[in-house]
Amino acid sequence: MAKKKTVRKKKVRKKTASGRSAAATRSANAAVSKTRDKATLAKIEQLGTSVAKAGLAQRDPSVEIPVRAVSNMRFNKKKRILEMGSNTQRRNLFNLGQAKKFMQMVLLARGCKDLVEAEKTLSLRGMYYMGLHTIPGTKEKTFDDQGDSDAILEDLEVSLDSLREELHVFAKKRGTMVGNITIVDNGDEIDCRRMGTGGYAIPSICEPSVIQFKKTDAKFVLHVEKDTVWSRFNEDRFWETHDCILTEGSGQPPRGVRRLLHRLNRELGLPIYCLLDCDPWGHYIYSVIKQGSINLAFESQRMAVPDARFVGIRAEDHERCDLGEEVKIALNDRDRTRAKQIMEYPWFKDKRPWQREIKRMLSQDFKMEVESLITKDISYVTETYVPERLAEGDFLD
Amino acid sequence: MTTLSAPTMTKKSTRKKTRNRATAETMAQQQREISVSEFFAKNRHLLGFDNPRKAMLTTVKEAVDNALDACEEGGILPDIHITVLPLTETRFKITVRDNGPGIVRKQIENIFGKLLYGSKFHRMKMSRGQQGIGISAAGMYGLMTTGKPVLIISKTSRRRPAHEIRLKMDTSKNRAEVISDEEHREDDRLFPDGHGTQVEIELEGRYLKGRQSIDEYLEQTAIANPHARLTFQTPSNETVEYPRAVDELPAEPTEIKPHPKGIELGTLIQMLERTEQKQLGAFLREDFCRVGPTKARELAEGAGMTSRTWIKNVGHAEAERLYQSIQDVRITAPPTDCLVPIGSRALLAGLLKEVKAEFFAAATRPPSVYRGNPFQIEVAIAYGGALPGDEAARILRFANRVPLLYQQSACSSFKAVVETSWKNYNLSQPRGSLPTGPLVIMLHMASVWVPFTSESKEAIADYDEIRKEMKLALQECGRKLGTYLRRRKRMQRESDRRVVFERYIGEIARNCQAITGVDAEKLYAALLAQAQRKTEEADYQLDEDGKVVDDGGRLASDDGVVIVEERQAEAGEESAAGDDTLFGDDAPASPKKRGRKTRRPRRKSGRS
Repeated sequence: MAKKKTVRKKKVRKKTASGRSAAATRSANAAVSKTRDKATLAKIEQLGTSVAKAGLAQRDPSVEIPVRAVSNMRFNKKKRILEMGSNTQRRNLFNLGQAKKFMQMVLLARGCKDLVEAEKTLSLRGMYYMGLHTIPGTKEKTFDDQGDSDAILEDLEVSLDSLREELHVFAKKRGTMVGNITIVDNGDEIDCRRMGTGGYAIPSICEPSVIQFKKTDAKFVLHVEKDTVWSRFNEDRFWETHDCILTEGSGQPPRGVRRLLHRLNRELGLPIYCLLDCDPWGHYIYSVIKQGSINLAFESQRMAVPDARFVGIRAEDHERCDLGEEVKIALNDRDRTRAKQIMEYPWFKDKRPWQREIKRMLSQDFKMEVESLITKDISYVTETYVPERLAEGDFLD
Repeated sequence: MTTLSAPTMTKKSTRKKTRNRATAETMAQQQREISVSEFFAKNRHLLGFDNPRKAMLTTVKEAVDNALDACEEGGILPDIHITVLPLTETRFKITVRDNGPGIVRKQIENIFGKLLYGSKFHRMKMSRGQQGIGISAAGMYGLMTTGKPVLIISKTSRRRPAHEIRLKMDTSKNRAEVISDEEHREDDRLFPDGHGTQVEIELEGRYLKGRQSIDEYLEQTAIANPHARLTFQTPSNETVEYPRAVDELPAEPTEIKPHPKGIELGTLIQMLERTEQKQLGAFLREDFCRVGPTKARELAEGAGMTSRTWIKNVGHAEAERLYQSIQDVRITAPPTDCLVPIGSRALLAGLLKEVKAEFFAAATRPPSVYRGNPFQIEVAIAYGGALPGDEAARILRFANRVPLLYQQSACSSFKAVVETSWKNYNLSQPRGSLPTGPLVIMLHMASVWVPFTSESKEAIADYDEIRKEMKLALQECGRKLGTYLRRRKRMQRESDRRVVFERYIGEIARNCQAITGVDAEKLYAALLAQAQRKTEEADYQLDEDGKVVDDGGRLASDDGVVIVEERQAEAGEESAAGDDTLFGDDAPASPKKRGRKTRRPRRKSGRS
């Protein structure tokens, strides 16, 4: 909502200057998406036809879905990203446990087809409502909750080999950006140096057809875990003093943020530095940004940033920065198991510094949040901690 | 006291001494024999007269047990009338009338007036009564609480008059006093068969329905005695009929002699003192079962004697050696033809008549022996139907066809049920307790001597041999139930499956049309046909008339299994509303008359 308003304002302001060019890019992008839509429609129709054909021929209709699990995921050492394997699972209509999911899949496929044909997009929640109705003759709803429909959409993505945005579906936006860059979002020029305290809300779809980079003086991107830390950096105008772009992903970064980081890294050649908590969850956020996530391994190609670096918080920082006892948060059993799991991931396994880091955290038996640095000084993290790390070049890879 | 007392206390202690010290002589004046009746009059809880409610039940139970025993011994199909007539809030008149052979005049006061008088104690024969305590104790209880004598009317044949006798127990002498003695020439009103006995006892009582009530006792008696017809006139003057399910008397059990391994040293010495035999060999051969000349010689020689040793020369030391020799020598198990089990068919008939369940299974174990006493275990279970599904299983315990209503958890049968692993048969069972579910378990022990834990005959003592047999029988029934339940579950799953498929097919057809333009009607029909084909197993089983369970016909052709299909539907629904007893009051359904159940697939109406 907030974002829309800003965009509208920008529109008004920019109209005289570059209104025509914005309209031009928009129409150019529309042509690109037209061809893409055609391919998507063909894929959906193929799915429908195979179901109908099987049904009419008295065969059990089924859909092949690539498996989205650790078992069907491998780490490509050369590309340094996670890739999805070739294992698929079959979803049948005449299987008690799968019948409903099969029906939901056909239902959503049809919904996506309608969307693409109407050239409109819907949020995940919108998709849920679009497919939601009571099955005639029963009291059963097609979906119990949005979680059902979200999962089916992911199934549909992988089995059609079409991305979410190609199906005209987007997620709730999450994540913020500010810094030395000007971008064009759907034809509107946005100067990320003038985003006030709120920042630019990173949209769910950050494809080149929607967002183009225009002008940047930034030397790197600093990605922080949470909104609170990001606000600290923004208020201290860290991006101005250090010539960088500042992003934030509200915990585990959504696809939009990851796609944007990927593009900033690939297209503009900016190094990505991550400032995350010193706990297994922080480590895994780094791992997702760097290698891609297990669940969305099929999108690593477009999202992973194998060159990303981990700035901190490091386990040694408690000593190095002379922090107090009060910032220690004891590890619980879940943390410990998770940390051991992460140590065993192949992309961490061969990295001595990481093994040392996690071992140290485990032996210290406590975790720390980025905010713990505030105990030193309000701006310790922006004025001392990060600049020092950057100057030293002291990162984990 | 004296050891503690200081010298100053001497005065006091001497005074006390003179006042109240009993001497052997004074004590002797107070020492006298206690009659059995006095003992039980004081300890009436031992006989089941703890409280007014239980006393009334025990009275009915003793009278009905005696009536059934009498009828069976006389070879007559029992037809028993029970009336409980309320006189005041707490006073009742209980009348039990049978069509048995009757009792001859001179035995009446002994049977009804003397404790420990009876025909059944000294013999080794399977019967309901054992000790000869019950009915006299009931009469005694009535006399003590109301002061009213027991009224007995008995007729032995059409040609003889009926005797009407009023008896008052004299507890100090363990004897009855006849108050009135009349003869009725024509009492065919009471005894249409020309013979029978009626007992009438007035007593202090309390009538309540529910668990451990007279009603429950009669219901269970009807189950274990399907050859009997019981008519019960309740205090609210309603008549409840328990009809006869089998028109055949159970075989007459034979009497057996004691088995050498089943007696104790004291009993052996007593038998040696009382025997009519002169020589040891003859004594062993004639007074025991399973001892022939060879075995007798072996036993005697084992004790350092011979078959010809004179009994009078067998003293205590010799008896002890003989006892030891009996323990050392292998002797064939006692004969088991003395046992008359209810039988799988009769058990099922009885259970079917009284329990509204859908599945019945019964198992009869071969006879076995504990402490030299032959016994046999039978188990029947009823499952599903209108039985309440969320409670612990109900156990019906029987010993020689008599229901046991009290002290369930002290009973060997209870332990056997708990120790059986019901989870193996698809039932849930909390750790260390009874299985839960719509289940009734019936256990029957037939024996020439049932080892009760007390005189009131409420629980069977926990002998390992008995418990083991019970468990084996329970497992046999459990396996049949398990087969049935698995089958039923699968059928249920299949039909669920089809409903699920049918539900989604419409959606799929409609959306496929939207995506590809295929004809939704046609696709729907094709998918529906496929759904039906995939689940036709369920169809087949539900449509097959009379043979719901089809496991190659094994379960259906089992003699020990009855499946009542029309009650199966009830299983899925809530059990009969407001029915707090487990037996429904509908007329029992015949297992032969089976309802036809055809489930037709519901067609979807809203299609585009």
